[in-house]
Amino acid sequence: MLAFIAQRIGKAVIVLLAIVVLNFFLIRLAPGDPALVMAGEAGAGDQLFVAQLREKFGLDQPLPVQLFVYVKGILSFDLGFSFRQQMPVSKLILDRLPATLLLTGTAFAISLAFGVLFGTLAARRAGTWTDTAITVLALIFYATPLFWIALMAILLFSVTMEWLPSFGYETVGANYTGLAHMLDVGAHLLLPATTIGLFFMATYTRMTRASMLEVKRLDFVKTARAKGLRDAVIQRRHVLRNALLPVVTLAGLQAGTLVGGAVLTETVFAWPGIGRLMYEALLQRDYNLLLGVFVVCSAMVLVFNLLTDLIYRSVDPRIEFAA
Amino acid sequence: MLKRTLIGLAMVCGLSAAAPAGEPKAGGVVNAVIQPEPPGLMMGLVQNGPTQMIAGNIYEGLLRYSPKLEPQPGLAESWTVSEDGKVYSFKLRKGVTWHDGKPFTSADVVFSIEFLKQTHARARGNLVQLDKVETPDDATVVFTLKQPFGPFLGIFEVGSLPMIPKHIYEGTDFKANPANNTPVGTGPFMFKEWQKGSFIRLVKNPNYYIKGKPHIDEIYWHVIPDAAARSVAFETGKVDVLPGGSVENFDVPRLSKLKNVCVTGNGWEFFSPHSWLWLNNRSGPTANKKFRQALMFAIDRNFAKDVIWNGLGKVATGPSGSAIKYYSSAVPKYDFDPTKAKALLKEAGYKGEKVRLLPLPYGETWQRWAEAVKQNLQDVGVNVEMIATDVPGWNQKVSDWDYDIAFTYLYQYGDPALGVGRNYVSSQIAKGSPFNNVEGYSNPEIDKLFADGAVAFPDSKRDEIYAKAQKILVDDVPVAWLLELQFPTITRCSVKNLVTTAIGVNDGFRDAWIDK
Repeated sequence: MLAFIAQRIGKAVIVLLAIVVLNFFLIRLAPGDPALVMAGEAGAGDQLFVAQLREKFGLDQPLPVQLFVYVKGILSFDLGFSFRQQMPVSKLILDRLPATLLLTGTAFAISLAFGVLFGTLAARRAGTWTDTAITVLALIFYATPLFWIALMAILLFSVTMEWLPSFGYETVGANYTGLAHMLDVGAHLLLPATTIGLFFMATYTRMTRASMLEVKRLDFVKTARAKGLRDAVIQRRHVLRNALLPVVTLAGLQAGTLVGGAVLTETVFAWPGIGRLMYEALLQRDYNLLLGVFVVCSAMVLVFNLLTDLIYRSVDPRIEFAA
Repeated sequence: MLKRTLIGLAMVCGLSAAAPAGEPKAGGVVNAVIQPEPPGLMMGLVQNGPTQMIAGNIYEGLLRYSPKLEPQPGLAESWTVSEDGKVYSFKLRKGVTWHDGKPFTSADVVFSIEFLKQTHARARGNLVQLDKVETPDDATVVFTLKQPFGPFLGIFEVGSLPMIPKHIYEGTDFKANPANNTPVGTGPFMFKEWQKGSFIRLVKNPNYYIKGKPHIDEIYWHVIPDAAARSVAFETGKVDVLPGGSVENFDVPRLSKLKNVCVTGNGWEFFSPHSWLWLNNRSGPTANKKFRQALMFAIDRNFAKDVIWNGLGKVATGPSGSAIKYYSSAVPKYDFDPTKAKALLKEAGYKGEKVRLLPLPYGETWQRWAEAVKQNLQDVGVNVEMIATDVPGWNQKVSDWDYDIAFTYLYQYGDPALGVGRNYVSSQIAKGSPFNNVEGYSNPEIDKLFADGAVAFPDSKRDEIYAKAQKILVDDVPVAWLLELQFPTITRCSVKNLVTTAIGVNDGFRDAWIDK
């Protein structure tokens, strides 16, 4: 198994480098560069000002030189310097990563737990009104745009009922500690995490339901039933366990996108995470920062793919490791 | 109808009443919105809007300006100008210290000038006529000019010429100085904390040189990227101050109607944001003067003011805004008149060539305005194609002159020599920057008038020169002027005395207090 992991990591590094080079050129295809954006924001910029900025950022160098400098940095784990924020990219990203992981991690946990639960429930009661209710709700949450759900949630829970805060990560200036702080962050977390969670929950629900109904008809389930096993055991050990494989595949894919996938929600809820950082870097053509976020997100996808493969194995021992 | 509502509100909330009722009370915390998050707070290095808004509390200039643009004492308590208009002496306030306790002296002023000449594009331009700076003693600074420069007393506002601490920056690489992350000024508030993506926290300067000020203990600037979320934050009471431009314009009437909410359009007199359409004078239909005049008649600017800007602002009559010096209303008039526009288009020989219109990508209000203008132009038979871009794309297209009509607005900085001339004189035609003579208008007579106007002495001569320049420009229509914009500042009424000078919120919360 260690050999498998080592091999996969080796491959991942090569993929990552390819991603870096590709992104490097893709970003530069967009019109406008950071120097122009910053001159624009200053409301006045003479030629000297823009030229100074370009020189400082190394944008006056030929593209291959810029690429060389960048890749050299990446290879020594240096993500470069953010032109605009005047800070190392790695620091900016590390500062924001925990908030995003907390948000998307919670959303992921909520969606997976409830998705599998509701999917199982719907499959067991297939055809009844419970099944219909779950399926219809899942369809609605799947089809409704995230930002709309977010705004409606704010309108309902923050503006009208005044139960939950509408923006931010914690109550600024309250200086809570310990449990009070956790509860405060939790209150801020609830709306955005649920917003993201609802969409993913809908996919898991539908997939678990379909998959369980399919497995239920298979011969080994009939055998188990013929053996006289209790229904709960059959559902859990035989049906659910086998039905979960496609759900794990999907969850693995989605876990990889969790880091970058929260741009909209983070923006609407002013959540200080990495999705917003990426979006702002894009609008400001902050090349290094944008590339840095891409690299981190890509690395996450690769890591989660590896983890998914390992989890496969524990869900279904018949699957063997081969790189 | 809408106008009436706003006027009614103005009366209820005492919109025009600058004088606060009662004695200022000490203490309290203010929560304000900042949008977008500033790239840095070191005002000598970064000059964008959000930086100025926050750092105006930390740094100070030698002078402040009343809403009528008269200079007021800042770090300089008095000043004299020589008879020939060339020598300006400033007496500095005594007992002023930097936030780290070091005294502020005339040496800091000299250093600041040197610093800003290297880093601040606008300061560099403002200081071209400066010959030398002398410091007879710690509390006196004498500026000698090469020749009289009319707007000289107007360049000392905190955003244009912030004072920089010599003892921190001398002999260092300014842009790489670690102190940039912990700005040190002389202002009423000190930098305390910056949680990137969340908030910036300023605290009261206990050693501020005006006893009893500032009244407020702490200011939190919240970073909330979504415009609707900013409205909600104000509505739910989490935020007390929405500086101009924080929320979409269509939210302003709704928020104004909330209980205990005050709205003011004041505090923009110095900047006087002037909006216009950049017309490409080099090629295409817009190169024809008759075509450009037709546009002025075709666009319903009163509609834009009343509907899109909720009645705020003023229809622009020409290159100068009505709040800045040497404004002249004796210029050709362009009232909304589609028939006249059509006639002029015919005279211009316009045959339906496609015209590319570039909206300003600054949110919904600007998008809607572009749609309204497109409609106006189509109504008189102009074939308009709207081009969609984001901010960097807009910068690039405008800087490369790759457009026919482009929305924009520029600040005027109180004087035609500082903020108006730059858009019309030939020497400012340069590819690669979005804030110069982008339209490519070139007229030797105008060049001479603006050159003379800057150095004419005494002021009565300047008045004549600029009146003439405005007349010529308005007839030539190098750009299509739209509105003198006003960005309303929305606050809880308990926040008193916030907007008192010509730069509004940018002048900091020095005099503000909370009525609990």
